[in-house]
Parts: sequence; C-alpha cells; structure tokens
Amino acid sequence: MNDDDKSGRPGPMQTEVTQKKHRGRLGRDVQSKIGQQLRSMYDDVVSEGVPDRFTEMLRQLDEGKKEGSGP
Amino acid sequence: MSSLNPALREQMLGAVPSLRAFAISLSGNVDRADDLVQETLMRAIANIDSFQPGTNMSAWLFTILRNLFRSEYRKRRREVEDADGSYAETLKSQPEQGSRLEFNEFRVALDKLPPDQREALILVGASGFSYEEAAAICECAVGTIKSRVNRARTRLADLLSIEGAEDFGPDHTTRAIMAAGGRR
Repeated sequence: MNDDDKSGRPGPMQTEVTQKKHRGRLGRDVQSKIGQQLRSMYDDVVSEGVPDRFTEMLRQLDEGKKEGSGP
Repeated sequence: MSSLNPALREQMLGAVPSLRAFAISLSGNVDRADDLVQETLMRAIANIDSFQPGTNMSAWLFTILRNLFRSEYRKRRREVEDADGSYAETLKSQPEQGSRLEFNEFRVALDKLPPDQREALILVGASGFSYEEAAAICECAVGTIKSRVNRARTRLADLLSIEGAEDFGPDHTTRAIMAAGGRR
C-alpha cells in the first residue's frame, strides 16, 4: 500500500546526516511506525462497531420516514 | 425519497465504524463525530438516487462526511476559535504512562497537521483507501494526495522526534519529553 515514495528516493548509501537533511524522504521503518500508530488509533474506534443510534436511525428512516429534524 | 434498499442499508451500516473513526480523527471529538456520521447517513439516504450501485459505498459516504465537516469546520472556526487547540492542551495535561502517553503524543501531533494533510494521511494510512480513492474523496489530483501524505508523515516524524525505529523503544517517552523541551 505504501509505495508512494519509490521515485526520487535517495540511494541506500546515504549517511544519517543526509537522512536528517532529507526529511521529505523517510525511512521505511519510520513510516511503518507512524502507520502502526495511525491504525491502532483508528482501529480502536472501528472495533466499537455500529452504535445503536445509527442502526435505530436507519430503521426509523426506512420504516416510518420520519423527517422531523431533516432539512 | 424512495424506501432504502436493504442491501444499501447494510452497506451503509457496514461503513459506519470506519466513518466514525474518520470523523473522530477529523474533529477530535467523539460526540461531534457521531453527529457528523448521523448527518452523513441522513444526507446519503436523501440522495441515495445519486449513488451508483456497484461503486464504493464507503468512499461515497466518506466524501459526504468530509464535505459536511469542511462546511461545518469553517462555520465553527468563527464561533470557537481555539476549539482544536484546547483539545490538544487537554490531552497534554493528562499525566499518563507508557503506551497511553505515546498514544496521546501521537494524537496531539496529528492535531497539529494541516487539515488537508491529516485527512490524506488517515484515508490512506488508516482507512485503507488507495491513493486514487482518497483523491476522489478529497476531490483533488492523485499527485496532490501523495504529496500531502508524504508531508504529513515527514511532519509527524518531526513532531514525534522519530528518526529511527529505535526511538519507539522504551526510551521513546523520555526522549520525546526531552525533545519537547529543547529540540531545535
């Protein structure tokens, strides 16, 4: 999925110093750590599933077509 | 408005967990996020005729939610100027340990990104959309999404002082605190 920065990426011979100067090109390990944090934050919410209010709302809209609060 | 096809209703419900996660990451507030999701679903149902069956329901809903958030965000920014900043401050002031602290640091850093970069990073890095799908959701070019994602990652790494994987080891918290106090 993360194949966005293959082009123009500095070669494997770069030193740490040049790596710091080229902050636009992050190492794969840094990217994967950021990805892990992002997904763990996101998945915490996803794992909560569908709150009742949404199931209920869709059913009400479907059955009764109550439009009291809609624009 | 015609009755909602049960298959479409299931697709909508299936997208809700991810929509909520996206909404929370945009707004930084669970209640506001759930209101956004609810409004998104209502708008989707009202406009269900414009959804093309067989296309990605999730991406369609994300597009609606994003547009709602952006119009609301513009309005609210005028009303409560420091809403986002104060949320970050609240998190910062909570003394917590270990991964929770690391998580909050991450959350605070994420909040510091420009909204365009944050949403691009989340769509691609967490929601699992392709660059093409994310570009469609954000109504911009694929290259723009790629560049926003790259800039977001770079800025996050900078904010979190990550320069190598070892910075996420046990010492990370200490280093991050020191870095917050005196990095240049």
